[in-house]
Amino acid sequence: MIADNPWLDAVARMGIVAVVVPVTVIILTWLERKVIGRMQMRLGPMHVGPYGILQGLADTIKLLSKEGVRPHSADRWTFELAPFVIVVPVLMSLVALPFTADIFVRNMTMGLFYILAVSGLSIVGFVMAGWGSDNKYALIGGVRAGAQLISYEIPLILAVVAVAMVAQSLNLNVIVALQHDTPFIAYQPLTFLIFTIAGLAELYRQPFDIPVAESEVVGGPFVEYSGIRWSMFQLGEFVSMVLISVLASLIFLGGWNWPWSWLSNGDVPTAAQIVLMAVKTGAFIMFFMWMRGSMPRLRIDQLMSFCWQMLLPLALLQIILNGLVLVYDWPNIILTVLSGAAAVAAVYLIYRLARASGVRYQPSALGGQRVGSVL
Amino acid sequence: MATDYQIQRETDLETIDININVGPQHPATHGVFRMILTVDGEVVRDIDPVIGYMHRGNEKLPENCDYRQVIGYHDRTDYLAQFNTEHCYVLAVEKLAGLQSTERAEYIRVILAELNRIASHLMFTGAFGTDLGLPGTAFMYAFREREVIQEFFEELTGERMMYNYFRPGGVAWDVPENFRARCRQVLDSVRQGIEDLDSLMVDSEVVLARCRGLAPTATGDAINWGLTGPILRATGLKHDIRRAEPYSIYDRFDFEIPTGTTGDIYERLMMRLEEMQQSIRIIQQALDQLPEGPIMAEGMKRILRVPAGEIYMRVESPRGEYGVYLVSNGSDKPYRHKVRGASFSNLSALRQMAVGNYVADVILILGSIDIVLCEVDR
Repeated sequence: MIADNPWLDAVARMGIVAVVVPVTVIILTWLERKVIGRMQMRLGPMHVGPYGILQGLADTIKLLSKEGVRPHSADRWTFELAPFVIVVPVLMSLVALPFTADIFVRNMTMGLFYILAVSGLSIVGFVMAGWGSDNKYALIGGVRAGAQLISYEIPLILAVVAVAMVAQSLNLNVIVALQHDTPFIAYQPLTFLIFTIAGLAELYRQPFDIPVAESEVVGGPFVEYSGIRWSMFQLGEFVSMVLISVLASLIFLGGWNWPWSWLSNGDVPTAAQIVLMAVKTGAFIMFFMWMRGSMPRLRIDQLMSFCWQMLLPLALLQIILNGLVLVYDWPNIILTVLSGAAAVAAVYLIYRLARASGVRYQPSALGGQRVGSVL
Repeated sequence: MATDYQIQRETDLETIDININVGPQHPATHGVFRMILTVDGEVVRDIDPVIGYMHRGNEKLPENCDYRQVIGYHDRTDYLAQFNTEHCYVLAVEKLAGLQSTERAEYIRVILAELNRIASHLMFTGAFGTDLGLPGTAFMYAFREREVIQEFFEELTGERMMYNYFRPGGVAWDVPENFRARCRQVLDSVRQGIEDLDSLMVDSEVVLARCRGLAPTATGDAINWGLTGPILRATGLKHDIRRAEPYSIYDRFDFEIPTGTTGDIYERLMMRLEEMQQSIRIIQQALDQLPEGPIMAEGMKRILRVPAGEIYMRVESPRGEYGVYLVSNGSDKPYRHKVRGASFSNLSALRQMAVGNYVADVILILGSIDIVLCEVDR
């Protein structure tokens, strides 16, 4: 407790979050530009501060001072409210997200449920931005965002449900405490795979950056936004990235407990908790940045069929497996073996499917028939 | 009725096609190309291409120029394959004037033209990566090697883009002493770059999923539509002007002509990657054989007057058949000067290849044609 009065305590904690989060985002934008720059044999930002570390700050000041342009024909309130509808739910979900055993705003019994429920609301913002901009690129981007984010919400939630089944709790502190000896990734490798892919899609980052595809819809829902409103989208994107990364480290990698608790067989000091969480979260964030630098973009129909035909059945399979293990009280090793086998099979299937002969003959609307080879 | 599940689509759910304007300012149109897409959701129902934003009169202007001044205009038609286009023009003039360039000059021309082919294909691969959605990684990989080639050209000609180096009868000046060693160095670097690009793009699941089977083209269609170059060879036809109608000294080199089977986008990409390897082979042989001697044919006059007549000369540029049609009336200026741009002919098949595909695929199909708008609009 920071203060004795619970209201004052809540306000103080939220204040800390409100300061820490933008600073984190500023650092992350700089880091991403550095990482991607290095991947592309560039230096990235170098001029503002040592190694360009202040570049994010400079960009923030620039964006804050820029004129906010609203197209004449845009739907005023839809257009102006959309950035907030995206950012506010993401920030709200941080309320229930513990970073260590002691650092959190509120320890909720239904924390996992709350986070997924609230952060899912930001989809509305994308559709609003796409609709309200009165721009066809934005419209297509907004509709794509709606379709993609709603579809991938389902495997993401089912993956979390699978973990909650094993943990028999929705309280994140309890879930982490349960991973004292073994992180849940050992029991749920398939779920981890699904969660990571669906999380990547929820963040609309490569290879799932279809709503904002630069070479097709030129930024999608954000195409008409400028200045502070545009930076709100950026803020939302990076906070979501942190959110998904922290969540993945909490429910799969043992959060602040494992492997210190396993090695010392006791409590973990707060400093070690912070380091453990920073390393695990950082690894996820680096993974997301790595994907961004090295993966081309999928197409919308491939994205949807991958979700509904691949991730969703796999997530349901894992849930059935968990149910069997829980009902018949089988040993946990069975979960490891079966889930791991399913994960390997899934990866192999993707590998084979991508390389299968895939000539799609589609009748051209102009009636261009295939003429046989002349030679 | 609660049990009536039938949705009468015609009345309840009305959808309309919308027009989307892509270009002339759009990151994926490779210049100032503009196309008006009629889309039904994500599916493109019609394409209305608009060209002409880059028209500079590149066919008419040379008719007021001396035969040597025209060379610069050919740098500016296809600004990614300048040496190939220059080569075509000087060969046309030589053939019409009855000149024969020297051995050494011809070898230098071939080496530079093939290096330029590599640079152009690198540019294609990088830009194609951006179309695919790689945020600049493929582009930077490709541009690292293209930069090596461009620096080499700059050392030789003093220019980064508009080289203006070939002349009717030879080349402008001799290559430096260290030409062979420097060229081999460039080739080593390029070979490494192609390997990097291979590992980034060729076996990636997403690239395979996006490109394979997209816009398959039959050889017959390709011929009917007037496609040339890597797009035509991807359909399986072994047609390369360097072999079909050997010009310059290409009959002396041993190289393969890569061909595909289905003509889809993935094979078009593979054609280019493979052609880079074949160009390296040609350059290596040419470097081994490069003779000493004069670089300009003897008896060249200060003002080149070409006897009356007409000629069509074509070469294999990185994009396909690049042709120059010249009519001379015996004066020091061409009477008629016409360019056949490979990009223009290839681009005209865009509608046939792209209609019925998704918006994202249309961008890829446009990218796979590898257009240079300066060559389309001239």
